[in-house]
Amino acid sequence: MHPAYSVIFFTTLTGAGYGLAALLGFGLADPAMLSAKLGYFLALGLITIGLLSSTLHLGNPKNAIWAFSQWRSSWLSREGVLAIVTFVPVTVLAFTNIFMGLHIGWLGWVSAILCMMTVYSTSMIYASIRTINLWNTWLTSASYLLFSVAGGAVILTALLALFEGGSGDMPKIAIIALVVAWVAKWFWNKRQSEGYGGSTMASATGLGHLGKVKLLERPHAMENYLTREMGFRVARKHAAKLWNIAVLMGLLVPAVMLAIAFGLQGSTTAILLSVVAVFAHMIGMLVERWLFFATAKHAVSLYYGDTALDVR
Amino acid sequence: MTTLPLATNKKLGLVIDLDTCVGCHACVIACKEWNTGGYGNALSDQQPYGAEPEGSFLNRIHTFEIVPEGGEVIDQSADSRVVHFPKSCLHCEDAPCVTVCPTGASYKRAEDGIVLVDEDKCMGCGLCAWSCAYGAREMDISAGVMKKCTLCVDRIYNETIPEVDRIPSCVRTCPAGARHFGDLGDPQSDVSILVAERGGFDLMPEQGNKPTNKYLPPRERKPLSDAVNAGFETANADNVGDATGFFGWIDKTLSKGSSNSKVGEK
Ligand code: SF4
Ligand code: SF4
Repeated sequence: MHPAYSVIFFTTLTGAGYGLAALLGFGLADPAMLSAKLGYFLALGLITIGLLSSTLHLGNPKNAIWAFSQWRSSWLSREGVLAIVTFVPVTVLAFTNIFMGLHIGWLGWVSAILCMMTVYSTSMIYASIRTINLWNTWLTSASYLLFSVAGGAVILTALLALFEGGSGDMPKIAIIALVVAWVAKWFWNKRQSEGYGGSTMASATGLGHLGKVKLLERPHAMENYLTREMGFRVARKHAAKLWNIAVLMGLLVPAVMLAIAFGLQGSTTAILLSVVAVFAHMIGMLVERWLFFATAKHAVSLYYGDTALDVR
Repeated sequence: MTTLPLATNKKLGLVIDLDTCVGCHACVIACKEWNTGGYGNALSDQQPYGAEPEGSFLNRIHTFEIVPEGGEVIDQSADSRVVHFPKSCLHCEDAPCVTVCPTGASYKRAEDGIVLVDEDKCMGCGLCAWSCAYGAREMDISAGVMKKCTLCVDRIYNETIPEVDRIPSCVRTCPAGARHFGDLGDPQSDVSILVAERGGFDLMPEQGNKPTNKYLPPRERKPLSDAVNAGFETANADNVGDATGFFGWIDKTLSKGSSNSKVGEK
């Protein structure tokens, strides 16, 4: 699948934003703290920029208002509705935290649950698509949710280190969240070898009983929407290299930095390392999300001789 | 409304004969011609006369080569065969393109099962095209909305055109008679009978879309190598040992009085 930047930024930024908002909703930062106030500000910023980025993906955005209408059947519609609904508690809590230094416990829980439901809906946009076997698994939702929490935890750790002189147990929580998320992602990635799931060129053409089906001629000489959108190719060796970069930046660098920061609580080094961990993690997530799209094979490639996505 | 109708009485669709399709692409052009001026936005082309021309089409012809086990491709007595493969929307009963649509633009008609896009609602998110296993939906690059086969809904019920033309443009134009249109929900319809007789099948049944359109398999054919060898046998006097009829008579006559019993006998 074509890795569109608008959708990569949409999923990574909203993921981190909702994760941060959920952790703040759980009351992991005292509302009197500057980091809680800035945390809400940052969470709302990430969510808003991410959602705006998603609209850049649309061919005809003037009809986007209709996207809130089909929540009964469509995960994309549910995501849209939940994103709007979630703005209410997050904004109210941001207001009470920033201006009144007050956290409303029950509303925090409502907010956190709505945040996670929104991320789940985002993940289901992809996980519900049968034509893309790599995505069509509960592991897609698991990794989206876990990455969301991990991203929020890394950001909150940095905020606490920066403004409160120490982040307490937050680095530990962040490291655990990172490891758990990447374990889910590792299982997800193992499914690359399953290719198209049950579909083959034989089942796509119904001609398998006659012998081995090969494409002799494509229906069109040049590219079209299908080959550009679904026939994206990424060289196998590049994919492997990028996967290593994603793991390095998304997991290893931030985890090691947060572990050192935990040991040196309160020092300038700890602050510095916590902040660098955030940037490393976000870079890792962007690479991870690029691969999420780029390595996904779409069943329609079978009509193009399976070579449209031949990973070489 | 992007929830699917529980059931549709009529299931209008196409039956495509992979035995007779000659791969001329006439239906592709007839489809483009009708639909660029009909339902919704035009089917745009990008750089039509430029270096990399491309455009939106609702019907495309792929061509496959099928090589049976042990068959050679290059050898003169090749057993492989070529099948031209027209592909357009199959108007699936369990159409995932409809249920994923967030705007309600994609819908399946309860009265006849046709799957359509309301371009006044489509926001061009492309999710429906992602969900279609058959590549039956293409986003129009200039209009930014999703295009797909309408089963020529603006022809088949159109009383302002002669009755013979009230079938999809591709079916009307096919010079090989490889495309058939009718109600696949009625077991007595011509198309249903054709499907039953010829063993019509679904594309990618494992995807669970329950397509309405059916494909008829290429008919049985003797391996090409048999035909080639048969030709050699009759032409080769060394090989007429068990010939009958005219060649048998010549064989017998010419063999008379010869010490050899029969030419070619081992
Ligand atoms: S062929 Fe594709 S576009 Fe047509 S109804 Fe089926 S899933 Fe939808
Ligand atoms: S591209 Fe249009 S028709 Fe397709 S899912 Fe999006 S809004 Fe619906």
